[in-house]
Amino acid sequence: MARMTGAQAMVESLLREGVDIVFGLPGGACLPFFDKLYDAKLKTVLVRHEQGAVHMAEGYARSTGKVGVAIATSGPGATNCVTGIADAYMDSIPIVVITGQVKSFMIGNDAFQEADTTGITRPITKHNYLVKDAQQIPRIVKEAFYLARTGRPGPVLIDFPVDISLAEMDFYWPEQVSLRSYNPVVKGSSSQIRKAAKLIAGSKKPVLYTGGGVIIARAAKEVKALAEKLQAPVTNTLMGLGGMDASSPLFIDMLGMHGAVYANRAVDECDLLISIGARFDDRVTGNLEKFSPNSKKIHIDIDPGSISKSIPVDIPIVGDVKEVLQELIQLVHPLETREWLAQIAQWRKESPFRYKDDGLSIKPQYVIQQIWEATKGDALITTDVGQHQMWAAQYYRFNEPNAMMTSGGLGTMGYGFPAAIGAQMGRPDKEVWCISGDGSIQMNIQEYTTAVIQKLPVKVAILNNGFYGMVRQWQHFFYKDRFSSSTMDCNPDFVKLSEAYGGVGIRVTRKEDVRPSIIKAQSIKDRPVFLDFVCPKDENVMPMIPSGGSMEQIMDMA
Amino acid sequence: MAYVKDTKIYRRLFSVIVENEPGVLARVSGLFSARGFNIVSLAVGETQDPTISRITIVVDGTASVLEQVNKQLNKLIPVISVLPIIDQDMLAIELTLAKFRPGPRVRAVVEDAKRKGDDIEIVHEGPSGVIVRIIAAVEKEPAIFKELGELELIEICRTGKVALSKTRTFGIFDKSQREVEVEEAN
Repeated sequence: MARMTGAQAMVESLLREGVDIVFGLPGGACLPFFDKLYDAKLKTVLVRHEQGAVHMAEGYARSTGKVGVAIATSGPGATNCVTGIADAYMDSIPIVVITGQVKSFMIGNDAFQEADTTGITRPITKHNYLVKDAQQIPRIVKEAFYLARTGRPGPVLIDFPVDISLAEMDFYWPEQVSLRSYNPVVKGSSSQIRKAAKLIAGSKKPVLYTGGGVIIARAAKEVKALAEKLQAPVTNTLMGLGGMDASSPLFIDMLGMHGAVYANRAVDECDLLISIGARFDDRVTGNLEKFSPNSKKIHIDIDPGSISKSIPVDIPIVGDVKEVLQELIQLVHPLETREWLAQIAQWRKESPFRYKDDGLSIKPQYVIQQIWEATKGDALITTDVGQHQMWAAQYYRFNEPNAMMTSGGLGTMGYGFPAAIGAQMGRPDKEVWCISGDGSIQMNIQEYTTAVIQKLPVKVAILNNGFYGMVRQWQHFFYKDRFSSSTMDCNPDFVKLSEAYGGVGIRVTRKEDVRPSIIKAQSIKDRPVFLDFVCPKDENVMPMIPSGGSMEQIMDMA
Repeated sequence: MAYVKDTKIYRRLFSVIVENEPGVLARVSGLFSARGFNIVSLAVGETQDPTISRITIVVDGTASVLEQVNKQLNKLIPVISVLPIIDQDMLAIELTLAKFRPGPRVRAVVEDAKRKGDDIEIVHEGPSGVIVRIIAAVEKEPAIFKELGELELIEICRTGKVALSKTRTFGIFDKSQREVEVEEAN
């Protein structure tokens, strides 16, 4: 056993966990830790705001399938992490956040840069720790990573007082985690799976509704196999995009508030809804009483808490969706769904995703289509939150899991750019695009520096409509065009801003320049590029089911 | 299965076995406030195993809320096991201390209640008050509360319910018994 300080033990434990990159920003309470990171065999990416570090860890985690790590100091460093942690909690992203803390004997004394970090983050972490004894560091780190990535994944926080980081301990590495109170159910109940197969057998109008759980469980192949065997259509949630190859004829696009008319109608009229790794979020269901009213429901999820939380289901199956699907596929037989698929195809023909192209102005939907074509659908896409996010979900055709990284649950503006940085760090081989808006990009734009220093060729498409566009859209439909605090009257010059940061900025004002500018951005390999697409101000995301509404209230392009 | 709005409120008692570690009560009570669950009473204490505490929570909620209470409690990492105890299987008591202004009627009322079978004692008598201890074992309020109400009550302190299941035992305490089946969705 090697004698070392707590800070050294923390670094050593991260290395034992296979961490090769951390995102962070130092401060008084984590100086001993950063001192040990200085010559550690892992890369430390200095960010410009701690929220950026957490979103980078998220982007890294989603693009690599590993646990992302963010590090911040005590007090404001820790509170700056809060939004990112809440984001990871809502979207079940496996990250470990390590925060400095004041000296353990000062805790509770309102010391300089003290905040009750474990108290603040308790409801937004899967679990958190306050390290009180340096000897416990390896066990805590081992547990933290295990908790973050197993079961329903999520963020775990380790609060690390500065005196503990200086205290000496004897290093050991626990090969096993032993937690008597934590046993996530992985294998689904076979009798439930048999019941599900029986229920499926009678269906004439089935729909598979799949979410982020499919991506986390790496079960895209199984979803496709089940869909093809049953000849059942598949709709994805926002978090589930990429979980079903968008080029498959069985894929009927996203459902929910801004989902496809045909996906929502299919869910509305189906006789069997199989929910896989999704949680009946209110943006999917709208009015609970009118959501898929005539269907039998099967719900497969690793989190028992997600089952029957909002929508009661006939057959719940708790377990890892990949394992459950593998078992279920063996037990089901092809269904006679030709009429049903033809019906959905008809609805699709009547009401596809569409927009009015005047041939002159740069429609945001057109930009996304062009990015999709130019990247051959092979890029990693992150988005911010708002109209551009919905258009990205509608118009980029995702054909692999984790190609779409977006803030689904919390809806965090400012997620996209740092997440793209994290994704590019994790996957240098991939082209990474952040689709953003002029509102969202200004939250966490400080990470431009981080991207420049790391020489990351992240491409940011700003769909610039001079508004907080989704707010404008709601004010247009529901608040009589009273655009209270939603106009962006004085946006910065994103081209000059890019140059000031050391990146490349391109403003695009004409439709015919859209594709060439995308191609130009693709040719830049050593620094970030901002593409400022000047779009019309009044474009709305269609279709739309108003909040709490149902299919009866769906609005679509005239 | 179609969605039906559920409004009927039930009262349910959960016995929750947790790691005896700092912050665990905050995790449990925080869960209740964060999810809008309604705590009627909560009692916590160490068990025979000093690494384990038992939290006894009485909750009001609809059937689906009570199901969520169980599931969400189980999701907390330091929660080892959750046992919802149904009334027929429950042995529950609540301890109350009540302080009254001294006067001749207090002792008479207490003695009368004792004769009727209530578990009640005067545990302190002084110039600033008479303290009465009541152990209530049943769901409904003992009659004594009404009678004492006629006296001059100064203050009252209740522990909240503590309870054991008559038939079921947590596997962690009694390996010889069948492991408690936690009510999962399965």
